[in-house]
Amino acid sequence: MGNDSQTTSQAGGLWGWINARFPLDSMLKEHVTEYYAPKNFNYWYVFGVLSLVVLVIQLVSGIFLTMNYKPAAADAFASVEYIMRDVEWGWLIRYMHSTGASAFFIVVYLHMFRALMYGSYRAPRELLWIFGMLIYLCLMAEAFMGYLLPWGNMSYWGAQVIVSLFGTIPVIGDSLSEWIKGDYFISDITLNRFFALHVIAIPLILVFLVVAHILALHEVGSNNPDGVEIKKHKDANGRPLDGVAFHPYMTIKDLWGISVFLMIYCGIIFFAPTFGGLFLEAPNFDPANPMQTPPHIAPVWYFTPFYAMLRAVPSFAGTQVWGVLVMFGAIALLFFLPWLDKSPVKSIRYKGPITKFALALFAVSFVVLAYCGMKPPSTTLLLTSRIFTVVYFAFFLLMPWYSRIDAVKAVPERVTYNAH
Amino acid sequence: MSEEVDLGRRRLLTTATALTGAVGAVFTATPFLASWKPSARAKAMGAPIEIDLSKLEPGSMLKVEWRGKPVWVVRRTPEMLKQLDQATPFLLDPKSDGSVQPEYAKNEARARNPEYFVVLGVCTHLGCSPLPKFEAADVTVSADWPGGFYCPCHGSKFDLSGRVFKGVPAPANLTVPPYTFVTDTRVMVGSDTSQTA
Repeated sequence: MGNDSQTTSQAGGLWGWINARFPLDSMLKEHVTEYYAPKNFNYWYVFGVLSLVVLVIQLVSGIFLTMNYKPAAADAFASVEYIMRDVEWGWLIRYMHSTGASAFFIVVYLHMFRALMYGSYRAPRELLWIFGMLIYLCLMAEAFMGYLLPWGNMSYWGAQVIVSLFGTIPVIGDSLSEWIKGDYFISDITLNRFFALHVIAIPLILVFLVVAHILALHEVGSNNPDGVEIKKHKDANGRPLDGVAFHPYMTIKDLWGISVFLMIYCGIIFFAPTFGGLFLEAPNFDPANPMQTPPHIAPVWYFTPFYAMLRAVPSFAGTQVWGVLVMFGAIALLFFLPWLDKSPVKSIRYKGPITKFALALFAVSFVVLAYCGMKPPSTTLLLTSRIFTVVYFAFFLLMPWYSRIDAVKAVPERVTYNAH
Repeated sequence: MSEEVDLGRRRLLTTATALTGAVGAVFTATPFLASWKPSARAKAMGAPIEIDLSKLEPGSMLKVEWRGKPVWVVRRTPEMLKQLDQATPFLLDPKSDGSVQPEYAKNEARARNPEYFVVLGVCTHLGCSPLPKFEAADVTVSADWPGGFYCPCHGSKFDLSGRVFKGVPAPANLTVPPYTFVTDTRVMVGSDTSQTA
């Protein structure tokens, strides 16, 4: 290592000139060419890189949208229509952004499920997981505020519902929701500040958190489908025996994943940008109308599991703050995952039947709740939501118990890998 | 001067500096946080409004916007007022003990004058706007519907006095804003006193 850095600093030309002034070479080595990723990565491991790709898509398309969008109640809806009809390629840029929002949640949910399967949140990756959860929170705030900007009727009433969640907090609720809105209702003032938060404040925090997430990952090293630490077995040069350089081995593999992703993403942009009302909801093609609630208010699909939980909890003791607590609790529990899992092994490959069943049931409950949250209220759906809300919480709250008593298989010393 | 470092003094100065900085941070944060409160213009726009009721037919409803919320005035017929008694056994808060209204509207009709029902058309669940379903047994609600308001978002039901039915998500009756009659057919919403602002 010592020899390497000396040759670098002595190298001439532009490369040498830069490296004498900026640690470009050593940064590239640390994070790209000499970052050793486990060689047994499977395709579940493309979703981290895909999240990064979607982040870039959202940043670039978002910047170009702000050049024609007007963050005022009187102009917002018309300016979005202007982008769609009159701005050259405006429709494409907007559909990239609106489809990108849903794509972001798809890849992030799969990325999180990968972590759940292979125990990627376990020690020493707790902080990595927490940074990831904070990114998820920012993403939800970003999506929620962005959804108000087109100033369609669903934008308006969706924001109305979410902001009134804060109004349910005892004592301070009313003034808190007034403070968030900056008015007595969702108005021009609210739209203007949501725009500021959506285009600058939250993206800045998001980018900072992504950097922290990657730095934490590179500090502890990547987990893998076997859940064994590759750093335990190193060669004479200190390189993990089961690791391969991120570049070129993983970059090539990720490029393949990115290509497949872009094919699907572009397919949706070109042929189904509303995705049957899932990505862009029909009532949002009407301008915001404070006097007229859409016949059925549902958030965009990525929020519906939590929305179903909100609706499933009845009001009690004259307040309906309980539903709000359950909804936020469902997200808060994820933060504690590293300490809830008491299993002696990390990966689902070596965990027992109870854990496998619990994880499968959890995935089912998430999908079922997402479905319930999209549909208008009915007694059957209410009962279903209640059952699966309990299932969702049981997955976390019973984990310290079932993860401990569950049977486990012997974990191999090295990763399982068949050369091909 | 002694070569020894006075660690106690250093710790005190560090703590004092940090505390002073923290106080400064609180003061600096105040204008930014306060800038989020409703502005002078927003407050002025939220001032009381007057509504003319002279053209409102019995059995019909008027919608006016106040502070971005729909204010409803329903001119109730004697038949509609009779329906209130029938609904009472099915209500969550028939006496409006857990609901928001001025003292003069804390009665069965939830009004100063039972004929004119003034209420905010905002569901107490999550702020949607319920729909008027005045006809009893309206099939779009249910066969045993006594007539009232129905919230399409989460299925909350209210009677013709905006009182919430049992077993729905809304925790309280519809909110009655402060209002006063300026004349027999003019009502001012947003203020209790008859002096015009």
